[in-house]
Amino acid sequence: MNPLTLAAAAPGVTADFSQETIWASIVKAVLIVVFLLTSVLFAIWFERKVVARMQVRPGPNWHGPFGLLQSLGDAMKLLLKEDLTVTRADRFVYLLAPMISVFCSLLVFAVIPFGPSLSFFWTDWTTPAQLTDFPVAVLYVLAAASLGVYGIVLGGWASGSTYPLLGAVRSTAQVISYELAMGLSLVSVFIMAGSMSTSQIVDSQTQIWWFIPLAPAFVIYVISMIGETNRLPFDLPEAEGELVSGYMTEYSSMKFAWFFLAEYINMLNVSAVCVTLFLGGWRAPVPDAFLGGALNEGWLPIIWFLVKLWAVMFVFVWVRGTLLRLRYDQFMVFGWKVLIPVALGWVVVLAVVQWLQRVQGVTFLDFIPWIVGAAVVFIAIMWFWPEKKEAPPGTDVSAEKDKEPVDAFAGGFPVPPLPGEKLPPSKRFGKEVHGE
Amino acid sequence: MTPAGLEISGGETVLFWVIAPLMVLAALGLLFVKRAVHAAMCLVFVMVSMAILYIAQEAPFLGVVQVVVYTGAVMMLFLFVLMLVGVDASDSLTETIRGQRWIGVLIGIGLAVILGGVVANATFPPAAGLGGGDPGGVANPQALARVLFGDYVLAMEAVGVLLVTAAVGALVLTHRRRLTPKQTQESVADRRIKALPDGVVLTPLPPPGVYARSNAMDTPALGPDGEQVPQSVSRVLRIRGQERPAPEGPAVVVSTSSTRGATSSTPESERDA
Repeated sequence: MNPLTLAAAAPGVTADFSQETIWASIVKAVLIVVFLLTSVLFAIWFERKVVARMQVRPGPNWHGPFGLLQSLGDAMKLLLKEDLTVTRADRFVYLLAPMISVFCSLLVFAVIPFGPSLSFFWTDWTTPAQLTDFPVAVLYVLAAASLGVYGIVLGGWASGSTYPLLGAVRSTAQVISYELAMGLSLVSVFIMAGSMSTSQIVDSQTQIWWFIPLAPAFVIYVISMIGETNRLPFDLPEAEGELVSGYMTEYSSMKFAWFFLAEYINMLNVSAVCVTLFLGGWRAPVPDAFLGGALNEGWLPIIWFLVKLWAVMFVFVWVRGTLLRLRYDQFMVFGWKVLIPVALGWVVVLAVVQWLQRVQGVTFLDFIPWIVGAAVVFIAIMWFWPEKKEAPPGTDVSAEKDKEPVDAFAGGFPVPPLPGEKLPPSKRFGKEVHGE
Repeated sequence: MTPAGLEISGGETVLFWVIAPLMVLAALGLLFVKRAVHAAMCLVFVMVSMAILYIAQEAPFLGVVQVVVYTGAVMMLFLFVLMLVGVDASDSLTETIRGQRWIGVLIGIGLAVILGGVVANATFPPAAGLGGGDPGGVANPQALARVLFGDYVLAMEAVGVLLVTAAVGALVLTHRRRLTPKQTQESVADRRIKALPDGVVLTPLPPPGVYARSNAMDTPALGPDGEQVPQSVSRVLRIRGQERPAPEGPAVVVSTSSTRGATSSTPESERDA
């Protein structure tokens, strides 16, 4: 059966695909690909420009207005570069890997709603502003993301070289562990919206966008989406200082460009999912009844969607310009010992609260004493929590206390103390420093 | 045999006849390719194609879960292990148990005969379709959830507990007790500074020499005193005896314009520009 007729017939999907024809789907698919490719060109310029402004330098400003044509020039340069194939590479897989990456990254936008149903001025024909939707659309996004990792893993393996292999292994571990946290944070949206279809999830955010009631899940999603796309501070699979370029070290020219393209499309993908699931999708950032809901009809919602999309993209760039790369072990510890337990705990709490509200009929006001009580207990525990951590084994604190302070100026020059040595207390300790 | 409304559409027929032969090819490839990673790729292809067929047969949840769980997680772990262990074309094909190949062939033929007999004798009831207008069809994730977490909740819990037990068991079995205190970044730094008098160098080792006729890794640099600096050559090359002596004569200072061309620019450095 045609998947489109399936989507129209499926229960739990708000978007109405009943008037959809195969030609409309083809036009939409082409439009999505064009949108993604131009967005990538813009995203590269956007990232370089914003990072540059954060580092107090102009960024690309030479080609075209505001340097907008810079990424076009870079793309042309990549196309014309020499296409190298490593001798030890496994040729078929080596070629296949970047294709898998790009293909899987293009899949996700099929279920992202750009707006409600669009009607054209000269006809009475309406169509939803998304390619397709079905009851498990968000799971489909996860599936496409998990397939996309094969591009990275196989690219690293097929290069037949050490750094790419290390990058590939890192990326596997990273994506598996961060996808768990991401999936768990999405589960809370499923619980609240009662659906996994993207159009229905957007429809469920008429009253309130989910990022407010589901703030912990939103934070976990934002963290894990950065981990999932291998961006700073989680770009360990391609850490320049450690692995040259990780899995794409041995790729050049167009094959490298495909990986590059896939990375930026993936950024757009996770941002679009974030907007759709947590930030109200295409809904205007004003209450729904404002102007009789005129802001949420017709072609206008596409603008809201794009504004929100680029706001999330800005967060990506902001994080990149601010944070340093994590050490690999710290990164894994953070994923497994912080993100996943917190996400699990949050889902359990949310499920219990939802059960109380929907099945037991407990109202929100009944929760307030419990929330206050829990907060009081938490503050009390934190108040009496012993402040000092136990000294790590091997360091003897008592021995250091008894030591004579070392004279740092013994040789005429100030010398920092060696481990185990202690400086005399500073003469300025406790004094106020007066400014001008 | 098919009741009204359950005819297979032309699109689905085309999809089946395009995907099915490719799946059979990939499944055969799984058996016959040499490299383990290629076999894994064949399996991934079969799994994804199966997911496509599931979706075409009105079971989108099953299809998507097939990709997320099996292709995304299970096969990824397989690949992970393959890459870590480094299983390669040079897998040993020697028999570890005498005659295991023949036993394997016999058992395989037996299994094929049994399966063939069962499939040949099977009779199928008339197709009923998945939804059939009934909103409680299994294609609907909510109905599926009701079946799994309503009717079979005990079985689900038992399976979950078993899996968690297995995971914890694996952790316990591979766990080692820490006999020495854990090295932190601070303790390592302290240890290195304490070892300074014994000749440990804190800074990075000097790079190899760069000369007009030789800037290879195997040529030592010259110190400011004109002496060769042996640490500037990789330890591996020194142990192998592949170190080359530095050129004779005083070191020549090369103008910076010629060395600038030598620094290669990687794509990574360009995108950070």
